[in-house]
Amino acid sequence: MNKIVKNIIRFCLFILVQEFVLFQVKPLHQFIVPYLYFLYIIWLPFNIPRLGLTAIGFFFGLTLDYFTKTPGLHAAPCTLIAYVRPFLVNILIRQEGSELNYRSPSITSMGLAPYATLVLILTLIHNGYLVFLEWMQFGSFLYFVGKVLGTTGISLALILVTELLFYRKEKFRTNTA
Amino acid sequence: MRNIFLFIRRYFNFLFFLVLQIIALSFLFRYNKFHEAAFMGIANEVTGRVSDKYSTVEYYFHLKKENEALARRNEQLLNMLPSNFQSPDTAVQLVRDSTAYDTLHTIRRYLWRSALVVSNSISLQNNYITIHRGENQGVQKDMGVVSSDGLVGTVVSTSENYAVVMSLLHRQSSVSAKMKKTGEIGKVQWDGSSPLYVTLTNVPKSVKVTKGDSVVTSGYSLRFPEGVLVGTVESVIDDKTSNFYTMRLKPAANFYNIGYVFVIENLQKDEQKKLEEATRKTNE
Repeated sequence: MNKIVKNIIRFCLFILVQEFVLFQVKPLHQFIVPYLYFLYIIWLPFNIPRLGLTAIGFFFGLTLDYFTKTPGLHAAPCTLIAYVRPFLVNILIRQEGSELNYRSPSITSMGLAPYATLVLILTLIHNGYLVFLEWMQFGSFLYFVGKVLGTTGISLALILVTELLFYRKEKFRTNTA
Repeated sequence: MRNIFLFIRRYFNFLFFLVLQIIALSFLFRYNKFHEAAFMGIANEVTGRVSDKYSTVEYYFHLKKENEALARRNEQLLNMLPSNFQSPDTAVQLVRDSTAYDTLHTIRRYLWRSALVVSNSISLQNNYITIHRGENQGVQKDMGVVSSDGLVGTVVSTSENYAVVMSLLHRQSSVSAKMKKTGEIGKVQWDGSSPLYVTLTNVPKSVKVTKGDSVVTSGYSLRFPEGVLVGTVESVIDDKTSNFYTMRLKPAANFYNIGYVFVIENLQKDEQKKLEEATRKTNE
């Protein structure tokens, strides 16, 4: 399937799943809100220019915001992780040129440990910033720390499940192809 | 000058990122104040239509509960009909007051309109409900919204065919309420911890409160008629440092499955508002 079509479908699916499945789940606790949608930004291909990636992050977050009627609340953290992702990938990538041989970040293209680190750091940044924006309007420090840890835990569990369920085949591409 | 251009070119990515961040944050903080964000009208139409498609499926699942609630409401209203009351003494006569059937709308204060809920959230800190009735169908900003069981929220923004309601489960929602038994006025808010409970504050400790007492809307709000059920007292938190109770209420409306709601229009709102505004101006 064409790369662009695939990513557009993914865009819609992540938004719809987040809004109509995960946000509809009966809340277990104040600190636990299942966020999964930002995995879309982690899954975006390597070869998107940094400028484009930041813009996609912004529009992706804003789309979800218009569903939850909180304009800016998800857009700001999505822009941040989309901007930070290339730096982290550069640091964590196993060997030089790996981003040319594979399409997008995954366990096969980056290796288990670097990919897990990437996911962990981006999840922490995303949830930390999101909860920070909420915390600026109300709540105590305990609320901030508790919610960051709670949402990060549940996000990581959801990402693990998603990675296992939807295994992405990553073809090794050579320079000649 | 040349250096500025070089600087911009060098850090263009970072500057672009900063601009997007500023846009996002300005959306966020402006919206929290006025509930008017850029493109919200168009976005309401689009997201409303998507939610509408989804709700046609989901609606089926809480049809049963919705029917039960409506039947309960009907029972309540049927019991109020004058034909239910008959005295063996013919000297006693029930007279129907014709003022309730005022067709010129000179004394009617509240007008109720039903609306279908197409989207609803409870898991966030600021929850909103989208209803399928908008400006074209007579819904305006600041109208009150109740379900057949109790108070739901306030309309905060509208588009042509949809309206967004700030649910009672919202960190900024605040409703003037009173104890049904004694009439003390308090304020109902949500602390964000559990969608099962809301908080009632500002009721003085001189009042005797027991578990299960009803809390209804006071007539002081411009949005709701007097006596709409908000919730029942679940527990009383006795704060020794304060002269006021803090009570946990169980909201009357079931926020987990709302199918239909009623939008209440206050026909005399403008008149009251104008008078109050004029008084404030002359007294300043």
